[in-house]
Amino acid sequence: MATKAYQRTYTKLQAITKATVSLDAKGVANDELASVNGKLAQVVKTNGDRVTLQVFSGTEGVPTNAEVSFFGAPPTLKVGDQLAGRFFNAYGRPIDGGPEVEGEEREAGGPSVNPYKRRQPSELIPTGIAGIDLNNTLVSGQKIPFFADPDQPYNQVMADVALRADVDKIILGGMGLSNDDYLFFRHAFENAGALDRIVSFVNTTEEPPVERLLIPDMALTAAEYFAVDKNEKVLVLLTDMTLYADALSIVSNRMDQIPSKDSMPGSLYSDLAKIYEKAVQLPAGGSITIIAVTTLNDGDITHAIPDNTGYITEGQIFLRADSDSGKVIVDPFRSLSRLKQLVQGKKTREDHSQVMNAGVRLYADAQNAKTKLQNGFDLSDYDLRCLDYAKDYATELLSIDVNISIEEMLDTAWKLFARHFSPAETGIKQALIDKYWK
Amino acid sequence: MATKGKVTGIVSNLVTVLVDGPVGENELCHIKLGGTDLLAEVIKVTGDKASVQVFESTRGLKNGDEVTFLGRMLEASLGPGLLSGVYDGLQNDLTTMEGVFLKRGEYTDPLDHGKKWDYKPLANVGDKVRAADWLGEVQEGWLPHKIMVPFSFSGEYTVKSMAPAGSYDIDTSIATLTDENGDDHTVTMVQKWPVKVAVKAYAEKPRPGKIMETGVRIIDTFNPIAEGGTGFIPGPFGCGKTVLQHAIAKQGEADIVVMAACGERANEVVEIFTEYPELVDPHTGRKLMERTVIICNTSNMPVAAREASVYTAMTICEYYRAMGYRCLLLADSTSRWAQALREMSNRMEELPGQDAFPVDLPAIISNFYARAGQVVLNNGQTGAVTFIGTVSPAGGNLKEPVTESTKKAARCFYALEQNRADQKRYPAVNPVDSYSKYLEYPEIQESLENTVEKGWIGQVLKAKNYVRRGKEMADQINILGDDGVPMSYHEAFWKSELIDFAFLQQDAFDAVDSVCPMERQKYMLDLILDICDRNFEFEDYEKCRSWFKDLINIMRQMNYSEFKSADFEKYSSMLTKQLSENGN
Repeated sequence: MATKAYQRTYTKLQAITKATVSLDAKGVANDELASVNGKLAQVVKTNGDRVTLQVFSGTEGVPTNAEVSFFGAPPTLKVGDQLAGRFFNAYGRPIDGGPEVEGEEREAGGPSVNPYKRRQPSELIPTGIAGIDLNNTLVSGQKIPFFADPDQPYNQVMADVALRADVDKIILGGMGLSNDDYLFFRHAFENAGALDRIVSFVNTTEEPPVERLLIPDMALTAAEYFAVDKNEKVLVLLTDMTLYADALSIVSNRMDQIPSKDSMPGSLYSDLAKIYEKAVQLPAGGSITIIAVTTLNDGDITHAIPDNTGYITEGQIFLRADSDSGKVIVDPFRSLSRLKQLVQGKKTREDHSQVMNAGVRLYADAQNAKTKLQNGFDLSDYDLRCLDYAKDYATELLSIDVNISIEEMLDTAWKLFARHFSPAETGIKQALIDKYWK
Repeated sequence: MATKGKVTGIVSNLVTVLVDGPVGENELCHIKLGGTDLLAEVIKVTGDKASVQVFESTRGLKNGDEVTFLGRMLEASLGPGLLSGVYDGLQNDLTTMEGVFLKRGEYTDPLDHGKKWDYKPLANVGDKVRAADWLGEVQEGWLPHKIMVPFSFSGEYTVKSMAPAGSYDIDTSIATLTDENGDDHTVTMVQKWPVKVAVKAYAEKPRPGKIMETGVRIIDTFNPIAEGGTGFIPGPFGCGKTVLQHAIAKQGEADIVVMAACGERANEVVEIFTEYPELVDPHTGRKLMERTVIICNTSNMPVAAREASVYTAMTICEYYRAMGYRCLLLADSTSRWAQALREMSNRMEELPGQDAFPVDLPAIISNFYARAGQVVLNNGQTGAVTFIGTVSPAGGNLKEPVTESTKKAARCFYALEQNRADQKRYPAVNPVDSYSKYLEYPEIQESLENTVEKGWIGQVLKAKNYVRRGKEMADQINILGDDGVPMSYHEAFWKSELIDFAFLQQDAFDAVDSVCPMERQKYMLDLILDICDRNFEFEDYEKCRSWFKDLINIMRQMNYSEFKSADFEKYSSMLTKQLSENGN
């Protein structure tokens, strides 16, 4: 954030809270940035001459005579091809020891795409993970989060997905990443030799939580540069959106706003939608796909953060530990990709959707058999075969360590059907049985 | 002289303005920001300070910025050319905007002022007319579009002159009317109406008297919605709310469908733009887009305009209703609208009600639902606005303010249930908890008995009772185990499963099954109830289960086949055979 010649400076604060300061100032614009004793802050409220600033790094040590100067502009990011391969903090400053990026300065958090100018997403994003590609196929221009408990390996899965996806740029927005996870992403990207197509904006747990609020806007400003200006396919990774929402609630709380459900601000839905709706298929061919992480508390999806997210995103990928196979699997019941029908059977083999449905339905029968077993009822022959199938299905297809092509996934599914069931028991259309039954 | 003001405070999109003259509640104003005017609406006045909600981002706005009040409320422009339109919440035409991104302060006209319409007069010089009376007509695509005395004209007028038949643009004067004081008023093809005010220019608003067919069995037969009726669909995410609403939009028996995408996903609207121009209206054979108007204020568009979007959509429906058409308004989702109200109430530091929603939320919702209805026009013809809103309850819990307030206002309740969705029983409408008050209306009962068949209401109630009883039996079986209950419990349970699988469930993505006309619904329900009324003999519950499963499979195949086609008859005779092997 370059300093400007005409900066206005004030030295008398009227109020200080943990996240905000207030002072009397004139000619201040809404959303404008300022510095409070060198700390970056943003105007969030004006009332007469009284201006309230949200101080991103917290107000620890800020005295009432702190020096406040206004920059006259909202947050910006310098965009250019030099962004590729670099790591930045929440303010868009390099943290990898490299030089500042030169380029056009763009406002972060800019306007929305006219819905009429959007195109229907139609390009498949293969990830090699059958729990995703087979059952919950991803499409470019889609927005979808991982719903996972904090102990699930969501960051690893996300890094795998990103590196295998056929995209031009990957933008990582890390919010409240532990330093270990930050280094994990760095190494994963370096080892894959993919650094030149990756841009990272990172806020670690060592840094102040309110700074996180800038990360999605920064990441998406960079994404829009590549998708709109360069017509590239861009994949944006946002982890962890729960920590982002927590930061929102801190600021709203300090501003004395009345909280709604789960102490979240009443505007949570709009705040999250503003980020996720940046996912788009553009008419000129560029696209922004968003894969996010929303950590859950013990699988509770009724909490305000996953609940509002679910209403905004186009499905969710649900990870859980499976006791049958001893692996982490993509839960086929609670996961959903709302856009999968746009590519299944159109960009993939004709049997895709039937195989997917049959696979999940039989897995559901296995769950019923399991319940019967637990309740001490006798199991039929069909129940026993279902249980065997469930174990193979979880190990060979649902597990997150699977990495095969969609064709191979379909063939594996047919193989499992043949191993455990008769053709009629799968309920698949006869024409497809005739062609693919192993 | 217009009232002016200056900005004195800003919190997000709530701006306080010091004014130098009179301002009205809900009056619009322009706030000058650089070279552009941002549109805003007055929502509160205290002394010489007006609180206004800005319909755009307020980034960069400063204290002291100039405000000009416009002396009018937010209005819709009503005239020929609305059909097939795609508008934002403030009725800006999204199709004529330049650039991929929405530009702040870019407002486009909803109607084409250059286009000529073939006009023919309907009224004569000397006629006495009132607001909403028909003066003339133009052909808007397939639809004869009435040019009316503007809704804002009060009292009686005499037609002084009428333009002859001819080709005119919407701004041409087509009639001069003289009011009771002898003053003349010119009328063009376009009129303006404040969206938050209900149009009441009609003779009377009787109770609804017939149902609106949707082709969805669980609605039309189990919980029918009336023409001019109201209903709502609450449900957690992933329960098929949007699929069900799109099914109603595609198949609903209406002349005009207005879809308000209020704070929802942009890609869902893109689906409509992409598919509707290709899809065919099952009732008329015309393209669906020809009867559709889209009001689109997706979740990332400005919050204040989200609130306006449902009102704009309702006003357009009321306009076509005054021409004697049957309109269907679908709003997805009214929860997002309520959240927009909450955000604003919060910023104004009002004392909150439950879950921080404003305390007058129930009143706002019921006022809005009350704008739907069937009306008798001044000329004796009828028109209707049927309204179905979706509600997105937080955490899927129906005990939250928006659902509860809506339940008081809407007459039909279609409860989408996570459990049914998990079992892929679509549409996931709970058959026991959902209801339609219209089924109790004597007018509707009489109309159904006349149009469907004698004794129909009895059939529907009987079917509902079979489902309810089956659910009770399922609970018993779950507690006591398969062996712990008498055979009759299993039989009752499987009869309810038969109704569920063969009638209530419907494949929205199958070309045949997705639309089920009333005649076919009647045929299937009568057939199923005939089976349910029989008594069967089974050796054990396994036999009972597999026999009913076979029956269900046959009847599902019937649902997938064209009504009374060769395939249909083939499955029909398989059914007869299956039945002859058991029962009496």
